[in-house]
Amino acid sequence: MDLQQKLAILADAAKYDASCASSGADSRDSRKGGLGSTSPGMGICHAYAPDGRCISLLKVLLTNACVFECAYCINRASSNVPRARFTVQELVQLALDFYRHNAIEGVFLSSGIIRSPDYTMEQIVRVARELRETHGFRGYIHLKTIPDASPELLEEAGRLADRLSINIELPQRSSLESLAPEKNFTGIRRSMGQLRERIEAHAEDRRTAQRATPPPFARGQSTQMIVGADDATDATVLGTSTGLYASYGLRRVYYSAYSPIPDASRLLPPQPPPLVREHRLYQADWLLRFYGFTSDEIMSGGTAGMLDLEVDPKLAWALQHRGDFPLDVNLAPRERLLRVPGLGAKTVERILAARRHRALRLEDLARLRVPLAKVRPFLLAADHRPAARLLDSADLRQRLVARTAFTAAARPQQLALF
Amino acid sequence: MASIGVVLPGPAAFDAWRDQARRMLAAEVPPEKVEWRVAGEAAGLFSGSAAGLFGGAPPPASKAPPVAVPRAFPALAEVAIRHRDPERFALLYQVLWRLTHGSHGLLEDHADPNVNRLEAMAKSVRRDAHKMHAFLRFRCIQAEGGPHYLAWFEPDHHILHAEADFFVRRFASLRWSIITPEASAHWNGTALTFGPGGSRHDVPREDAVEELWRTYYASIFNPARLKPAAMRAEMPKKYWRNMPETRDIARLIAEAPARAAEMVARGATPPALRRQRDVHLTPPPGVPKAMDLLAPSDPTAALAALRAEVLADHTLAWAAQSTQAVFGEGPIGARLLFVGEQPGDEEDIAGRPFVGPAGRLFNRALEEVGIPRAETYVTNAVKHFKYTPTGRRRIHQSPDAGDIAHYRPFLRREIEIVGPKLVVSLGASALRALTGKAVAVGKARGQVLALPDGPPVFPTIHPSYLLRLPDAAAKAAEYQRFLADLRAAAAAARA
Repeated sequence: MDLQQKLAILADAAKYDASCASSGADSRDSRKGGLGSTSPGMGICHAYAPDGRCISLLKVLLTNACVFECAYCINRASSNVPRARFTVQELVQLALDFYRHNAIEGVFLSSGIIRSPDYTMEQIVRVARELRETHGFRGYIHLKTIPDASPELLEEAGRLADRLSINIELPQRSSLESLAPEKNFTGIRRSMGQLRERIEAHAEDRRTAQRATPPPFARGQSTQMIVGADDATDATVLGTSTGLYASYGLRRVYYSAYSPIPDASRLLPPQPPPLVREHRLYQADWLLRFYGFTSDEIMSGGTAGMLDLEVDPKLAWALQHRGDFPLDVNLAPRERLLRVPGLGAKTVERILAARRHRALRLEDLARLRVPLAKVRPFLLAADHRPAARLLDSADLRQRLVARTAFTAAARPQQLALF
Repeated sequence: MASIGVVLPGPAAFDAWRDQARRMLAAEVPPEKVEWRVAGEAAGLFSGSAAGLFGGAPPPASKAPPVAVPRAFPALAEVAIRHRDPERFALLYQVLWRLTHGSHGLLEDHADPNVNRLEAMAKSVRRDAHKMHAFLRFRCIQAEGGPHYLAWFEPDHHILHAEADFFVRRFASLRWSIITPEASAHWNGTALTFGPGGSRHDVPREDAVEELWRTYYASIFNPARLKPAAMRAEMPKKYWRNMPETRDIARLIAEAPARAAEMVARGATPPALRRQRDVHLTPPPGVPKAMDLLAPSDPTAALAALRAEVLADHTLAWAAQSTQAVFGEGPIGARLLFVGEQPGDEEDIAGRPFVGPAGRLFNRALEEVGIPRAETYVTNAVKHFKYTPTGRRRIHQSPDAGDIAHYRPFLRREIEIVGPKLVVSLGASALRALTGKAVAVGKARGQVLALPDGPPVFPTIHPSYLLRLPDAAAKAAEYQRFLADLRAAAAAARA
């Protein structure tokens, strides 16, 4: 099998992992040798695929051979997909070539489980070690950590990588037990806990370091949850995320709408969930982390434990809490403004700064790129006072539903056509 | 006052603009009296009716002192000046003028039309730079002295000089050139030089790695989630010409619906007959191999079996949000058995009891009264960490009566197997677990309580109570009381 065929198989095998972030690294560059650079700020997306996802890293599996039988995974042991395996040299060369062409920020390496967790982890670590130590690679490295790999391998992975991740896979224990029988719910969480301990210990060392350049260690960990492969509600998903953020200091929880795979298992629903469900979960996740919402508050905008697919979760919440509005854009405190549908966290900061200098009018808000049609019912401005009946009107929701193809896909009557 | 014409040496010459602006300020020249121009660019193209004023009054020649402006201004100006808008110099001077003429806080007023426009310019420049970092592609040619990497890029703004440094930091070990319509940058491995602009034909059309890269791009795309509008929003079409992978986009989009439909239509497929082999795979920990039907008579085996049972207990819904059950620790036959409330954040991660802040205080106290922890058995009434998630922390949540009752049978069997002389309950939850009812620790502490169905219980406070006391003197006094309780317990266990 030639390299191009291997690449096609092993990239295809990796594409169900949503994470492609290259942010939050140390600051490094190649002026004193080596190849590549990273910065602590935001990552760089070098291309976008027609699925709208960013391509920042060379995201491949070392091998898609796997002894696990996870029903949702294209690489499960009983799947009919063709199998391939990179040699360490092949993968290192590909990464360096793509990097020199400025096509990637670095690599995201994962692997099917072969032989044992330690053997598999050792293979992943070898590629990273070769890149870092033999080729002086200074770019971004994200390594998937195999649960139950030995602490020594985890430590070395952490030294070589900017980010580590372990996938929680499914939002509830019962689903993992039925769909991924070899995976261990507690083992996954225990490994996340160990990563948190290591990442925090190294961060503490950096803070108190005597040396100018303390030894490198990964700055964060993330995880991914598949949505729509089991019967978990959005409330369960967000409850699990809230617990994960609080417990393991995760940078991100990625939600991956279960996607039909070629060669699907019989244990799975034949129809994928609407992509907009994944989108709403990401929006809700943002509200949890940056807007001061609790998951219970977010879910109060939905029904029966599911988010409203037609409108974004903040608007859905506001429509259920109309009594909290309208707010005066010139007087309301930050935490209240953050709850206004249509006002993002950055915009709120700009409003707070600007209103010290002027009484804000609608034209000022327009200049701050605030979507007026959306905020109008919820805000008072110097020249604007929404009619009380507007906020109370039964068709407010219909007026505010965005008329895009994306939300059109969320409408129930359309779903029935699937 | 006649208008004054100022000529800048380059389209993004920030230092020159700043020097000139300082002079104008020192001479109190108001914004409407200054005409800015870049050397070599025709004035008439953009300055309208005032074009003829160039060559009129020369700028004041004196070297002007720096002016005090908010720190945010130079940072903003340095970026915004790279914008292609011919009015950028005038706008910058306008804002500078206002900053130094009574509106010192102007930059905070993001709704001010001048500030708003300047910020929009800077944002546009930053986005342009970001897209250059992202979408510029090098192609490799074999030149004399080794490989040379060439790229053609068409930025919207005058960013090449500022952004060349990004590529130096990233590709210092390569030799490369970036060619834009307006200028070019060249790095020979040690020095950066700038030259004239060029054309796309200065860069070869293809190189060997691109075929692999296109394979990667096509393979990482998931045809079941087509969202071309999202792609175009982030990667506008104007960049596509220089990105080899974009040649496949039309085909990938066209084929996607059929590929996705085929996957769904095919439905589930029967498992492969030649399954991937399971080589040396050890079963993950925590998976019981078989049910132990007979209660083991050996206490070590009995304790291990109980432990496995606790680890496999997922009855309480909230326990699923913890990392793991934390079982007791210590030798069988220990004379003293301590029961705490529940594991905390650190115990939950470590999987061991009393290793967090309260555990460290507990260890210190044991040491002070001469009880080796290794000779005691330490456990908790509740085996999972119950908490309220708040952002990136977990706030301890006290177990309720139902939680305590749920774990009570486990605790009783644990105590029975270990067989201590005395059980020391730390805090109210432990006392409740042992007695089966709510008993005030303050009233019961320091006495030995006889129980009908187990070893006697000696109640005292939980060490976390000491950590919560705000007053240092009270803390010290309570700590001494705790030590006294421990001594009394040790004596009772010896008796």
